[in-house]
Amino acid sequence: MFRFLLGRLAVLIPTFIGVSIIAFSFIRLLPGDPVALLSGERVMSPERHAEISHQLGFDRPIVVQYLDYLWGVLHGDFGLSIVTKRPVIDQFLELFPATVELSLCAIIFAVVVGIPAGVVAAIKRGSIFDQIIMGTALVGFSMPIFWWGLLLIIVVSGMLQWTPVSGRISLMFFFPSVTGFMLVDSLLSGQEGAFQSAFSHLILPTIVLGTIPLAVIARQTRSAMLEVLSEDYVRTARAKGLPTFRVVGIHALRNAMIPVVTTIGLQIGVMLAGAILTETIFSWPGIGKWMVDSVFRRDYAVIQGGLLIIAGVIMLVNLAVDLLYGLINPRIRH
Amino acid sequence: MKKLTTLFAATALATLMAGSAWSKTFVYCSEGSPEGFDPGLYTAGTTFDASAHTVYNRLLEFKKGTTETEPGLAESWTISDDGLEYTFKLRPGVKFQTTEFFTPTRELNADDVIFSLERQWKPDHPWHGYVTGGSWEYFAGMGLPDVLESIEKVDDMTVKIKLKRKEAPFLANLAMPFASIMSKEYADKLQADGKMNQLNQMPLGTGPFAFVGYQQDAVIRYKANPDYWGGKQKIDDLVFSITTDAAVRYQKLQAGECHLMPYPNAADVEAMKADPNLKVMEQAGLNVAYLAYNTTQPPFDKLEVRKALNKAINKQAIVDAVFQGQATTASNPIPPTMWSYDDTIADDTYEPEVAKKMLEDAGVKDLSMKIWAMPVARPYMLNARRTAELMQADFAKIGVKVEIVSYEWAEYLEKSKAKDRDGAVILGWTGDNGDPDNFLDTLLGCDAVGGNNRAQWCNKEFDDLVTKAKEATDVAERTKLYQQAQAVFKREAPWATLDHSLSIVPMRKNVEGFVQSPLGDFAFDGVDIVE
Repeated sequence: MFRFLLGRLAVLIPTFIGVSIIAFSFIRLLPGDPVALLSGERVMSPERHAEISHQLGFDRPIVVQYLDYLWGVLHGDFGLSIVTKRPVIDQFLELFPATVELSLCAIIFAVVVGIPAGVVAAIKRGSIFDQIIMGTALVGFSMPIFWWGLLLIIVVSGMLQWTPVSGRISLMFFFPSVTGFMLVDSLLSGQEGAFQSAFSHLILPTIVLGTIPLAVIARQTRSAMLEVLSEDYVRTARAKGLPTFRVVGIHALRNAMIPVVTTIGLQIGVMLAGAILTETIFSWPGIGKWMVDSVFRRDYAVIQGGLLIIAGVIMLVNLAVDLLYGLINPRIRH
Repeated sequence: MKKLTTLFAATALATLMAGSAWSKTFVYCSEGSPEGFDPGLYTAGTTFDASAHTVYNRLLEFKKGTTETEPGLAESWTISDDGLEYTFKLRPGVKFQTTEFFTPTRELNADDVIFSLERQWKPDHPWHGYVTGGSWEYFAGMGLPDVLESIEKVDDMTVKIKLKRKEAPFLANLAMPFASIMSKEYADKLQADGKMNQLNQMPLGTGPFAFVGYQQDAVIRYKANPDYWGGKQKIDDLVFSITTDAAVRYQKLQAGECHLMPYPNAADVEAMKADPNLKVMEQAGLNVAYLAYNTTQPPFDKLEVRKALNKAINKQAIVDAVFQGQATTASNPIPPTMWSYDDTIADDTYEPEVAKKMLEDAGVKDLSMKIWAMPVARPYMLNARRTAELMQADFAKIGVKVEIVSYEWAEYLEKSKAKDRDGAVILGWTGDNGDPDNFLDTLLGCDAVGGNNRAQWCNKEFDDLVTKAKEATDVAERTKLYQQAQAVFKREAPWATLDHSLSIVPMRKNVEGFVQSPLGDFAFDGVDIVE
């Protein structure tokens, strides 16, 4: 297991360096003067330009600039936002819990609905259930998030008024952030109705963000199940007269879960991409919306730093999934 | 279905009433995050709405719903005979806000005014560069560094500002957001604590609402300032719920999650007007779109030709097709919400037959011309190409052939300035300070020929009137001069004035006291929610 971990890290480190080079080059490759882009000052006298250029270290050799940048990154210094002048990492840490909360809910939703749906579809293969489930999954998979989100808002929030339209909690509630997770903080606040409000705000974005992973997981579960169900040991189990529940639930499902776990891991990367759109539609103050807003504000420092942090997080998640996978299925360690 | 909607509407209303019973919170679904809270550093209206119009006041204010100025923190002022010295008497007893982060010990005085303006003006001021990369764009953009001679404290409640040259729009400039007055005492404290950046993050001023907190890209909270010199507001809390998508803003308004929203999608406006829970305010924006002939080139140097072409354009059709009705046809070069607008001036009527005859009488046959169409959408002109095509069809009816040309935006602006440019250019303007000078002299004065004056039109009578108005300091006199100038403009027809686009503000029916600003800003002092 240790060697497996080392092997994974040996891949991870060059990848991270590669991404950091891309992030570093980002400002320098954009059209326009990088000094103007990074300082946000559009009109500068030559003296002022030289001064800022020196402040930002642009007058040093490019390799030194990069190493300095990398050194900063390794110490958690991702630069200052051009607009708010606050450290990018501070803003990230403030907003990240909102994204994690939403993503966790979405993945739980996708797993809790997706796996049973896939199992049912596999057992009742070819039946009307199978067709409905797989048809819905296909629609869900091909649904543009932006359209789907707006549709749900218009019907569920607008016409039916079952859920709030956007945000994390009703603006009537106002309490300090303790954990950053609204479901937890609303409970800790002790304010009546706060938790319900936070929960109801989560429903639509969770469904929207969870839809694609749900569809993918359902399809993957179905095909893995079908494969496992045709294996000899399942047939043996059936022949021994074990009840279907035991055959499917214990013998087949456990083995079918191996590829499904990989799929779930892969979906986390997909979800971060989906979070950008979902958070924008629902005004969900997480890192996805932060990146979009930063693009509109031309806050290049945030885009640069944010991309690197997000890439780092995705890499760490993938590493964790790989390790988890290695635990479930010892064969892949070799 | 109708019954169902009524039921939902009733439920929504009930929820809303229950909500406001325990606190009068006004929620504004704003369109974006502010760049910061120091209005001097930025140029976006979104930022001004969240800072200048809530937390701060200025020496002069724009009278609500107009572009006229009225006393603000300056109770009165006198202007020296040569027009170069402005002496402001400050309003006594104005308190700065008391917040969780700062408790003021003194009231507004001359030091605050000097601090607020000098930090933007003097490069050696300790606060000039307090935000790395920040610049005082509006202050510089209005030309103030060149106009100002000195800012002096006469006594605690009197400030004297000296100018290098006469500048009639100077008072209007001081009513603009960048000239917001900050507390020097607060700034001094931040400087002593080494937390200068906080001035831009936790604002503190004399305005109707005190800043409570900002959760980036999500919510800004304000409380009514109990010590406000203009009296405490009727609402207790003001919340900006930042919602960037216009469709989502509409849904939140419908669901009663906010009381008022800016910038609706054009396609939603009809439905909003039909919704019994909502009301929609609209007025002409502070802008104008025009077609500028090159009055130095034949045959456009002939008045009859310009008049004939003006009569051939079906403006109403353009407003209907391009703006879906969300604009009004323009007859003057300044918008109707601008002071000194002359509403007695009659617009050219659409009469293609008469136009054709006028052209024949002028001896112009087989005219073919270019119409320049801008490549980008601006508030005053959503689709210049479509507009140009409509005019092409209109002109064809009177036997004029039109070729439509366009360039990349920066090139378009540059090329259309040339004095020997051919054809007629579609362009427009949005005012910055509510002064007619900002339109009439900037766009049509003789000095602007070869620059903003796309008609290359230098008319002595017009120019004298506008210059005289710029140097006069009495508003009544300036109004008279500007109205005369508009008459000359209409008689000489250097442009075909096309439209003023509308600014549309939907809100819940129970919102009262909101006044639409012709300058496009959203201010919530005086707003109330009634049951």
